[in-house]
Order: sequence, then structure tokens, then C-alpha cells
Amino acid sequence: MEVTQDTEERIVEPGPAGFHPPSAAELGVLPPKSGFGLRFGHEVQEELAMEEMARSMLTRKNATIFPGPLVLWNWNDHAADKAKAVLELAAQLPEVMIIPMPDYRPKYPKIEPEEMINPNHPNLTIWGNKIEACIFIGVHCHYANLTLKMIRAGTNCWTSAICAEQGHEDAMFTVRDSDAVKIRRIAQVFKRVREEMGIQVPENGENVRFTGLQSQVHGGKSHTNPLDIPLGGPGGANAEAFGHRPEDMKREG
Amino acid sequence: MSDALESEVKTNPQGDPITAAPAPPSAQSGKKDPHAEAKRQKVVTPEYMFHEAPREKEFITGSEAAKEAVRRSNVDLSIAYPITPQSETMQLIGVLYGEGYVKEYYRGEEEYGVMSAIAGGSRAGVRCFTATAGPGTLRGLEPIASWPGHRLPAVCMFTCRVVNAPLAIQPDNIEMAYLLHCGMIIFHAENQQDLFDYIMMAFIISEKNDVTLPVGVCCDGFFVTHARGYCSMQDKGLKLPEREAWRGAVPVLDAENPPARLSRDAPVQKSNFMAYNIHAVWQQEVWAAVERSRKYIDQYMDGLIETQNVDEADVLLIASGSAAAQCREAVRECTAKGIKAGLIKIKSLRPFPTKELRQLCSKAKLIVVPEFNYVGWLAKEVATAIYGYSNAKIVGGPHVYGGMSMPVEMIVDEVICGLSGKRSSTVPSSAIMGQVDPDAVAHFMQNI
Repeated sequence: MEVTQDTEERIVEPGPAGFHPPSAAELGVLPPKSGFGLRFGHEVQEELAMEEMARSMLTRKNATIFPGPLVLWNWNDHAADKAKAVLELAAQLPEVMIIPMPDYRPKYPKIEPEEMINPNHPNLTIWGNKIEACIFIGVHCHYANLTLKMIRAGTNCWTSAICAEQGHEDAMFTVRDSDAVKIRRIAQVFKRVREEMGIQVPENGENVRFTGLQSQVHGGKSHTNPLDIPLGGPGGANAEAFGHRPEDMKREG
Repeated sequence: MSDALESEVKTNPQGDPITAAPAPPSAQSGKKDPHAEAKRQKVVTPEYMFHEAPREKEFITGSEAAKEAVRRSNVDLSIAYPITPQSETMQLIGVLYGEGYVKEYYRGEEEYGVMSAIAGGSRAGVRCFTATAGPGTLRGLEPIASWPGHRLPAVCMFTCRVVNAPLAIQPDNIEMAYLLHCGMIIFHAENQQDLFDYIMMAFIISEKNDVTLPVGVCCDGFFVTHARGYCSMQDKGLKLPEREAWRGAVPVLDAENPPARLSRDAPVQKSNFMAYNIHAVWQQEVWAAVERSRKYIDQYMDGLIETQNVDEADVLLIASGSAAAQCREAVRECTAKGIKAGLIKIKSLRPFPTKELRQLCSKAKLIVVPEFNYVGWLAKEVATAIYGYSNAKIVGGPHVYGGMSMPVEMIVDEVICGLSGKRSSTVPSSAIMGQVDPDAVAHFMQNI
């Protein structure tokens, strides 16, 4: 099966698009209508966009999910439920990595680009881990849009954005209005596409590949079962499972 | 704040907000609650408010229209600093504060302080409104120009007037030339009705998640603010839903993240810590958000433009604000002379109706763009938008400025000069782009 089944001329193409490409909006692409998604800048039925996300994440190298603050921190029960749904989505992707975007501030004096992604220099994380497909979820729209533009400019990563609001035109694939129910529906689409492609997940369910820091946090293990990742207590959510503690968010004086 | 002090501040009588009024007896004495009517306002959806709610017509000034719009807009914070011709508007907003329709209201130090404080209020998650004019706009321009990059939904009314020097307080909309490139959404109201509608709609459009931008609602000072006109308004017992700040494109008042953290972090620019194009994509994102507002302008404002007689028109008058009102009369006079003339009124300057103009201007022979400023910013916008899509001759004028009014005859003269090839007495040849087809001129001369 091909990586993608699109036949239209692509508007929002995978990068590297160049030194300073125009934004998708400048190319005339806008977020999709309710019930629709985007595939390479074209509005399509959202099920099709979900299938394309699955194909790119199942076939390209070092596929990674980038959860943002809206699902990474335990704001409320809804956020916790969405975080759980994201892990159910991850359970359908063999060898997937989960690298958080815990906040949006520039990291000084040095970022650990292989352990986290940041909207001010997302290309470092993509390059450092040689990521060729990714999904952003739970990132505030402004920062997701910055990130998606920079990744498209400077890397060959195929980007997907699962958005709780209107979707992201700078991603190669996007769906909108994604609450926990829709994220679970996307997980089911991923499962179907994976099975159609004859791709198996490990029998023990340990399909998520740890980064270096994550491996240290988990006693040297290389993989984990995402459904076994505990959701943390107040303020913690599952960020701790990826080596990020609430203390990391400590305010400076 | 103590109850006694609060009562004293909020009892300014309507129409005389400066006069100190004695504090009313306390609520315990059985006197009427000055906020009673405000408390009874019913929240309705924007769709009901704008398209379905019954309206009643009143004959009011533009300042009063702005007041009535704010009354129905569930505004949390309004900050005033006086400057003609905006002062009356913000005085009247103070009256609304006294009546409990606006939750917080105060006078800032000057425009820089006002616009900075509006940024703080908006970033804190509340719905903000202010107004300024002319030199005040330019004094506040640095913080105003930072609002879009901060992704701050707020509404600012600009009651355009002369920008010094020499000092004058007369109508002139040159300040809009500066505002057009800030990254904010810009509407231009023709009259009191527009001002009322645009302000209310601006709040809703600015707060859409994929927009999250400030909106400037401009009008031509005095012509709109001080003159009276008919304005159809919904019942004042209705108000828009409150701002849902958690749905914005950026987190609310997150002092630990840029742009709020800029004062402590290094600038967001290319460096060892940032991608080379971080600020470039930030700017792209602001203008992408401007583009995303189009669908909401279509939804709530019935499009970025309004047209009159444009089908089969040889001559199109393109105007915004008060110039559109003068053009309506010019269209009537042209029609009476046998000239097929129509009007395109531009309601939204940012986003600009490029696609609409390309379509409507494709068959026009002559385009005339009257403006209330010297530089002719609208004519330049129009010419850029339709270049290659229309063969029409474009007359960048007539212009009036420095407080002048624009006689309708000036516009009609330009139409006739433009069609006949006669030399204009008011528009310099440097402001005329393209040429009319000689056959069309001959046809015109035979029929006029």
C-alpha cells in the first residue's frame, strides 16, 4: 500500500520547502469546514485525513507523537481523558515515540532537543531524532501553527495535527473539533489501516519506543506499553512518564 | 474597593458624566439599584443578536451608537483617554460603567498607557474596548502594533481626524494608512448604523480561535461621531455571550511564555536558541489569522464589501467610510446624466476584498476612488489588487483632507473627466492609472 493515496496536486507539500516558504494561508489554504479535514492543502472527508495520518505514521521513519500542554498537564478531567485517548492512539503505532511539548518558552541555556520539542526551534527535535512523520495534539493553535510552518520549511517530516478547534492548514493532514471521543475514533481508524497494511503491534503491547531520558526514567527499558503509563496526580498528568516534572515548570523570581 | 466608594463612582448621571453626583443612599434604604437593568440583560447568541433579534430605529450620533453597541457587547474592561473627536464616546462608555453594563472603566495616563493596559486586560482573558483618534492613534501605535503579535482580541474604535502638525482636529483618515499594516483586522464604518453593527460584530470575530486578533473599527470623525443618523438597534436587554478566553490561540496570561515573557527572555529572533525563521513564521501566522477572519466577516457582516448598481456598470466608484456616502449620491447624479455608474463600498480593509474586486472590476471602463486623505491609500490598495484583472482606468481621487468636506460634484466631475479624457481640475495626472478605450470615450461623448 502506498504511503498516501492522494491524486490531486499538492498545495501544502512535505518539506524541506525551502529557506522561507509562504504560509499555507498565503497559498490560499484555510482550515477545513466542520466534518472535514485537510490533506496536502485540500479539504477532504475527515476520515480520509485520518487514514492518511495513519499511513504516514505507519510507514515513515521514527514516527513521533508530540503531545502539548493541553493534554500533557492535568488541567481537568477532560484533559486527563484526552491524554488517555492519546495513549490509546499511540498503542496502534509500532515503534512510535512520544516526545512532549511541555510548554512554549525558549529553553536556556540549552534545550535537550531529543527529549522535548519547542515551538521556537522544533526543527532541532525533528533533525536530532530523524523524525519523518509526526502528530501534534494538545498544542495551543498559535504555537502549533508556528511549529508546523518551521517544520515544513526546514525538514522532510510529514506533519499531522489533531486539533480541538478549527484544524491547522500548515499541516499536511489535519482534523478539527477533536475531543476525546474523536481521538478514540482516530485510534480506531489507525487500527483498521494498520491491519489492512498487515502491520502488527508487539504481543506484549510494548510498542512505544523510549527516548534516552525516558529510558533512564523507566529503569533502562527500551519500550513501553502506552496503556500502562499511569496518569499522574494533580498537576502531573503523564508528563512525568516522559521525564518532565511539575518542578520543571517552576517560576523564576 | 469599599461599597461606599463604588457607589459614588458609579452614579454619574447619563449625559453629564463629568459632574460629581452625590453618593446615593445605600441599597438598604430601598433606593433603586443603578445596575438593575444591566443585571437583567439576557445573553443571546451572536447569530440571534445580529440576524434575528427585532430592532428599533433611533436617530442618534455615532458616539451614541458606539455606546449602544458596547452596552450590548458584554464588555469587561474599557479604558479612556480623551482626544477629539473620540472623547464623547468614551465619556458615554463611562456612563455605561455607572449603569453596570461595563465591569471596569478608568482613565489611562495617555494613549501609550491605555493601549498597553488594554493589552494586559486582553491577555488576562477579558473583553476590552477603547477608542482614540488621530495623534492619539499614533501615540498609541507601538502597543497597538504589538497586539496582533500577542494574539490579543480587543476592539479599538478609531474616530479618524487630522494628524498634526499643524494642529487641527478636523476630519481626515490618514491614520488608517498606518493601521493597515499592523496585522490587525480593520473595518471602516460609513455611518452610525455601521459603527453600531461593526463594533458588536468585531468582538465576536476577534475572539474566534483561529482569528484571535484585535479589530480596529474606524470611522471618519465628526461626520459619523458627531452627526446624527438613523440606527436600528436590538433591545438593550440583550447582550452577547462573554468572552471564552480559554478557547484562544494562545494561553491566557501565561507570564512564563513568550510573548508575555519577552521582557525577561532574549528576543524571539534568530539565535543559538531559536530557529532562524521564528519571527518570520510568527508574522506569517498573524497574517494567516487575518485571512481566516474572512469567513466570519462573511457570516456576520454579509461580506467584506457592499455593492450598488454594479451590474453592467461602466464606471465603478470604490470607497470606504464617509466617502461611500458621498459616492451614493454621486451614483445617483451619474445615473441621472445617463452614465452607468455603480458603487463598491469596502467594509473590511483588512482582510482586503481582493478576490471580490477582481471579479467586480473585470469589465469596468473607469474606476474612481474618492478619499478623505492626501496619500490615497485606498486607491493604491485597489490598483494593486486588480492589476492584471481589469483594464479600467483608475482615478486615484478626488481627495480632500485637513478637515475639508467632499462635494458630490467633485466625484461626478472626475467620472466625466475620466470618461471623456478631459483634464481633471482636482486629481493630478500622477494619480491616474491606465487609459480608457478611445471607442468607449466616443460612445460616452455621443450619449451624454
